Amino acid sequence: MRKEIPLLITFLAGAFFIADYFIPHTGFSSWAETLNGWTIIVIAFAYVLGVANVARVNLDYIQRKGKDTPYKIILLVCLLFMMMVGIIWGIGEHTVFDWFFINIYSPMQAMMFALLAFYIASAAFRAFRIRSVQASLLAITAVLVMIGRVPIGEAIWKDFSNFSEWIMNVPQLAGKRAILIGAALGAISTGLKVLVGLERTHLGQD
Amino acid sequence: MQIRRLLLCWFTASLVLIATLAAIAQEQAPAESGTTIDTRWFDFNRVNILVALIVVFFLIIYFIEKAKRGRDLFVRRIAGLDAIEEAVGRATEMGKPILYVPGIDDMNNIQTVASMIILGNVARTVAQYDIPLIVPLRLPFVLPVAEEAVRQGYMSAGRPEAFNKDNVRYISDEQFAYAAGINGIMLREKPAANLFLGSFFAESLVLAETGFSTGAIQVAGTANIHQLPFFFVACDYTLIGEELFAASAYLSREPKLLGALKGSDWAKSIILAILGVGTILVSLHVEWFRNWFLVE
Repeated sequence: MRKEIPLLITFLAGAFFIADYFIPHTGFSSWAETLNGWTIIVIAFAYVLGVANVARVNLDYIQRKGKDTPYKIILLVCLLFMMMVGIIWGIGEHTVFDWFFINIYSPMQAMMFALLAFYIASAAFRAFRIRSVQASLLAITAVLVMIGRVPIGEAIWKDFSNFSEWIMNVPQLAGKRAILIGAALGAISTGLKVLVGLERTHLGQD
Repeated sequence: MQIRRLLLCWFTASLVLIATLAAIAQEQAPAESGTTIDTRWFDFNRVNILVALIVVFFLIIYFIEKAKRGRDLFVRRIAGLDAIEEAVGRATEMGKPILYVPGIDDMNNIQTVASMIILGNVARTVAQYDIPLIVPLRLPFVLPVAEEAVRQGYMSAGRPEAFNKDNVRYISDEQFAYAAGINGIMLREKPAANLFLGSFFAESLVLAETGFSTGAIQVAGTANIHQLPFFFVACDYTLIGEELFAASAYLSREPKLLGALKGSDWAKSIILAILGVGTILVSLHVEWFRNWFLVE
């Protein structure tokens, strides 16, 4: 029964939400909204598990006195500090929590995001190295699209931007849609396998 | 076994029932201005989707039944999935861990579900070689599922004692804090192999490039097509879209799962045929066929 009951719940919940897509009845939709509300509550409780996991993993490491112990201590202190600040003064605008979030966390996040520019440059360098016929085609196409999207492209040939758009809207989009169709069918197939219990890995041990 | 068959029949029957009930008891609500109450029990604008869904489901069920009868089903070679075994072997030789990143979406994303299924298979392989499998997570709701998947993998390999709960780690639900945390793991613990399988967004290149700089063998897979180019350039192998969903059948070689795979392949063939017919008819200015497939 340890697997049958979760399987039944999975199936009923899945079938209910598939039905919700086809049934616009207000009463039915309100049940779906209620169920979604339950999901949010369950997810909120999962954060307790998350915090417990962070605490356990890092406290174990500190006890073993590994070389990264100072960082682990900082992590746990920051976690506790932000939790306390949020509980005591709230998390709304112009609170201490908000100040720390905007002035410490946001710049760090922006820094991580900014790193992408450098990563894109190094990745593009590798991608555009002409080593094979396919890589050559990729490099040539990329150059054509890039030229078509800057003013010099139109200076060279007035229809360059249209040509660049054609590459994006016809061959590129066709390939993209082919991947999307395959992925959508794969998603349906996986969903069905989970709903009817053919896939049980996620349910854990017997 | 009987329960599964019962569920299968129930599921298909419920879909057919919805369509039948809707046809019998269609209560089209008058579109009064200002009112938001809808009394319709079926949205007829979506009947084409329901029909397509039923066809796909029947194809999958048909091929599952066929596979169960012992028919041999051919599945083409997927280099990215073969590489997972290679990656595990390499990690064993080097005595270094394997990093498995299941993406940044929650369990309500089917890619994360697929990733958890692959994680179970990877854990089973890893358990046989006694190397650590590190699984950093972005969302706490995925944590118990990932723990169970890994534990189940170790148990299937007959080595439950080798499972280390501390290797399934919740990092942060903030996207770039999570990416930074994984980068830290890559740079400090130097995994021999990085597996990025699931739903990824802007952090994909940050992770894949950092992994590349550490010299790890990298296998990625996602159905988020906007991130595929980044994985192509930074990873050794990339699973494209549907290959991610095919992974569990491919790795386990279980006939029922292979049957489901075959079913979706046939559905794809039908879509291709429809696309071909549609292209010809639209080119001849015949619109009715195309209109069948419009979704409002």
